Amino acid sequence: MTRTILVSILVVLGLAALAWMPTQLGAYGVGLLLGMTGYVALASAWALFSGPTRYVSLATVAFFGIGAYTVAVLSETLPYWAVLMAAAAIGLAVALIVGLATLRLAGVYFVIFTFGLAELIRQLVTWYEVNITGTLGRYIFLPITAEQIYWQLLAIAAVTIAIGWLISRSRLGLALKVIGDDETVAAHTGINIAGVKLALFAVSATIITLVGAIQAPRWTYVEPSIVFNPTISFLTLIMALLGGANRLWGPALGAIPLFLLFEWLSANFPNHYSIILGLLFIAIVFVVPRGVLAGVEDGWKHLKRRGEAA
Amino acid sequence: MIATLITGLVLGGTYALVAMGLTLQYGISRIMNLAYGEILIFAAFAAFLLFSTFGINPILGLGIILPAAFAFGYVIYGVMMRPLVTRSKKSGTLEVDSILATFGLLFVIQGVMLVTFGSNYTSYSFLNTGINVLGANVAANRLLAFALAVIIGATLFTVLTRTRWGTTIRAIAVNLDAAPLVGIDVNRTARFAFALGTMLAASGGVMISMYQTFNASMGVVFTMKALVIVIMGGLGNLMGALIAGLLLGVVETLVATYVDPGLTLAATYCLFLVVLLWKPAGLFGKAAGR
Repeated sequence: MTRTILVSILVVLGLAALAWMPTQLGAYGVGLLLGMTGYVALASAWALFSGPTRYVSLATVAFFGIGAYTVAVLSETLPYWAVLMAAAAIGLAVALIVGLATLRLAGVYFVIFTFGLAELIRQLVTWYEVNITGTLGRYIFLPITAEQIYWQLLAIAAVTIAIGWLISRSRLGLALKVIGDDETVAAHTGINIAGVKLALFAVSATIITLVGAIQAPRWTYVEPSIVFNPTISFLTLIMALLGGANRLWGPALGAIPLFLLFEWLSANFPNHYSIILGLLFIAIVFVVPRGVLAGVEDGWKHLKRRGEAA
Repeated sequence: MIATLITGLVLGGTYALVAMGLTLQYGISRIMNLAYGEILIFAAFAAFLLFSTFGINPILGLGIILPAAFAFGYVIYGVMMRPLVTRSKKSGTLEVDSILATFGLLFVIQGVMLVTFGSNYTSYSFLNTGINVLGANVAANRLLAFALAVIIGATLFTVLTRTRWGTTIRAIAVNLDAAPLVGIDVNRTARFAFALGTMLAASGGVMISMYQTFNASMGVVFTMKALVIVIMGGLGNLMGALIAGLLLGVVETLVATYVDPGLTLAATYCLFLVVLLWKPAGLFGKAAGR
């Protein structure tokens, strides 16, 4: 019990320190911190669903873009909190529709469908904007500072990791592990596979939508090709994989170094950015297929065993 | 109406050819190749380069591009896919691993194209004259592309169904575990099928370059369409890929002509979802085995 209290105190102190950080940094530092926290939240949310179920979702940017676009459309007509609520509701609705339609399909079909989902939504939004409203691209003028965006992202990242922690300790978490290991076994033990997967997918997608909504004011100008940029799905995936999608802290651990690396790469090698990105991705798939954390744990166990044997 | 139908069939012929290549790669090599469309676009750029710089027309260009694509696929399988296949023997993760690895490959090829050719739309004018078909005016380059697709597709189909070697390949698609029992070298055949699939992607790219503008970031759309066709036709089913390809080409052209050109991908998706929900194994697939 004392251990739980100690951990809680540490978590609160850690969060306080993170929340205090922007006051000590300049505009550039706050920007970095903001982007990093955004990706920690995205990767953790992605792993909530894809980690335990092993369903590779490439739809991250579809929901991220929905969030950002909702803000762009509604920011002038509704108060800020209502805009966020609306974004979350739309994200949830889309997640439920997509989930109901695709989650009962085999893994590959799911990957393929999510692969193109962002492209589909981008086309639909573009079509709607061009033909119905007659404008492509919108401006977002909200009186929100970078610090405020950062604090919101920090809160959502913390909530996401907390949800991951709660799930891993609950019956739902156990059900998820069984599904990830063997779906046939899961079905025979009476787990409502479709229900569990749908619930998780919806939670994960709603968080991702909110991250998109919160980050939207950073752009000022928004158009479909910006907010539905597939690179965002790709980066989220690679970060979660690097850290280890099956671990609570894995995605966060992968997101921080990779975000900094990508920032540096895009500043220094803007033209060769995607080549390096691709090579890095291939390297991660080959070298650490289950994530760095799992690799480190294996190595640690191996060392311990050798120590005991000696 | 007839002009639209013919245009749709011509487009569908290219799609069918491209989807046949993906069927080979997924059905026989068990690699879900997300970089497929990038290879296609790369071939389109190669054809453009050969035509505009060296004055080699795309038909002759095929003679250079196809062997090169085959070699590329052969090397990629050996270097990138083979280790994943070996690794997944125990864990059965080839599908996910291959998706992730080829996703990386997608970015590498796309990046190379962006650096080399820039992000502008490219096209060249080759045989751009109208020909009268059943009272409708169709560009000669489209008809030529269609003829090529038919020739390549028919040749492949004949080889796969009529020769002993083709039977070997199909045996793997039908039953992977039993194939080695009758003396089939699965690894060698898988590598060959992957290279062949790459070649078909490249041939599709050359054809598309003849009658359509293209740019470096268009590959994903073609991968999507090929995947949709493959799944609609039933995994590993060449005939299914052919019919689904033609169907998709016609539906897309009809939507573009009579509804809105901006909604073709949405139409593709609707078709995909309807087929998946109605017949999860595809139109011509055997009753759900998995």
